[in-house]
Amino acid sequence: MGSTITEKILAAHSGRDNVKPGELINAEIDVIMCHDVTTTPAIDMLAEKGLSKVAYPERVVVMPDHFVPNKDIQSAEMVAKIRRWAKEQGIEQFYELGRHGVCHALLPEQGHVRPGKTIICGDSHTSTHGALGAFSTGVGSTDLAATLVTGELWFKVPETILFRLSGKLGKGVYSKDVILEIIRRIGVDGALYKTMEFTGELIDDLSVEARMTVCNMAIEAGGKSGIINPDQKTIDYVKARTDEPFELFTSDPDAEYSQVIDIDVSDLEPIVAFPHLPSNGKPVSQVGEILIDQAYLGSCTNGRIEDLRVAAEIMKNKKVANNTRMIVVPATTDIWKRANKEGLLDIFMDAGATVSSPTCGACLGGHMGILAAGERCISSTNRNFVGRMGSPKSEVFLSSPATVAASAIAGKIADPRKYL
Amino acid sequence: MTGKAHCYKRDHINTDEIIPARYLNMDKEADLAKHAMEDIDVDFLNKVKDGDIIVAGEDFGCGSSREHAVWALRGAGIRAIVADTFARIFYRNCINNGFLAIECKQISEKVDSGDELTIDIENGIIINSSKNEQYKFLAIPGFAREIIDAGGLLNHIAGKVK
Repeated sequence: MGSTITEKILAAHSGRDNVKPGELINAEIDVIMCHDVTTTPAIDMLAEKGLSKVAYPERVVVMPDHFVPNKDIQSAEMVAKIRRWAKEQGIEQFYELGRHGVCHALLPEQGHVRPGKTIICGDSHTSTHGALGAFSTGVGSTDLAATLVTGELWFKVPETILFRLSGKLGKGVYSKDVILEIIRRIGVDGALYKTMEFTGELIDDLSVEARMTVCNMAIEAGGKSGIINPDQKTIDYVKARTDEPFELFTSDPDAEYSQVIDIDVSDLEPIVAFPHLPSNGKPVSQVGEILIDQAYLGSCTNGRIEDLRVAAEIMKNKKVANNTRMIVVPATTDIWKRANKEGLLDIFMDAGATVSSPTCGACLGGHMGILAAGERCISSTNRNFVGRMGSPKSEVFLSSPATVAASAIAGKIADPRKYL
Repeated sequence: MTGKAHCYKRDHINTDEIIPARYLNMDKEADLAKHAMEDIDVDFLNKVKDGDIIVAGEDFGCGSSREHAVWALRGAGIRAIVADTFARIFYRNCINNGFLAIECKQISEKVDSGDELTIDIENGIIINSSKNEQYKFLAIPGFAREIIDAGGLLNHIAGKVK
């Protein structure tokens, strides 16, 4: 019996020839990403236990993103503490404001994600980096703290669900619609404790960035990680960003899966996930008339350059509807600069949208676009839980960047296919 | 341990609901506790006493990895959570904090708020003295027990690091 890519990476990082689902292992961690919200408590708890020395500073990448630029005094103190700590510990990879970005967009963009590596971060959307053939999972602050001082972490080897995705996406349908459809089918705990491995013709066709959107939302189905076998696109993406070596692991044809799910995406429509769960997806044709107060384009799910290009194409020479406001948040500084050079930011602002500095910001109801009671937002983000973007009486509808753009123009949830 | 149950008869209570992100600029238990569950249960803090137990449906603690959710509940006096199932990261966070998270199928259908529950970890039994019932639960895995008994993951690894 063969092994999955996940089992192979975990075996290679725990000194084993092979591992099987359910086994407990201690795995070496290659990349430890730290952001503002979950790292501060980790620093404090380590200091309290007298365990303050980071074992491998060269493996640590610090990317404050949730509340930056600092939204209030407490947030400023948090980042100040991380900055001091990084300096004390000799951590050189620190992405200061001006080079900053939403960590799950910035980490791969800056070449820190390589196939075959193990990655953790105190953030649930760490599943994103599986798109490059790495084992990457979200943890809490205590796990983060333990990894910082030991360089390893305990895991139960997960079972894997294989998603075989066939067919070609229609016009106006994107990888976001695919993952929303998958979550609609299996539910928000459909992959609880498991790895979601994505394969097939559709995955082959997707860009590396579009694949990141799929793996990013594995956690919204309860998954431990999302992963895609690396191919030439992966290698090209990584080599354009780093000279560091990496090893390619791929699933064996006879690997064992706990479940295999086949989906043909040929007839898939744009999907809109209704409040208050990402699994509440509906085809856009069945949405009905839903007026929106805010349209949000950004986040680790869909704030990359391809996302901005798609939205700009729809919004060129159009105006955001009178009853609606729109916020565009390029996910990283480089994306911001590229979008600016390509004229995308002009298109958004000419349409009446506002463009902000990279930040997680309003996606999690932090700052820069909070919703009032009774307000509705169509958002390219990943969660639509109660109160996620502000008031517990507000509502968030999740969709692709194209649907966000079309809806901003229409002032109500709209089918992007009519605008392309 | 014995405590009063606060029962949420629904699935997918997520960490945004347990502690909204607008409070993640704080990380001390006492500060977080003031806002625990406020978006879905405004009376939570008035109802909870030290030693109480939360009972809930499936996938408790899904969503964000914020460990602040465990700290907020513990700060409010909650000493254990019994749920049909837990989301993965939240479950890890509980173990890593030495905080009791117990999976017990259909518990949310059997228990009501106000019931007095005793959790017998050694025997894997929850005793509901208000209803004169007992429920079996899956034993906490051995490695998790070690971490919980050590008082959390950092205590558990402390010997290794020093």
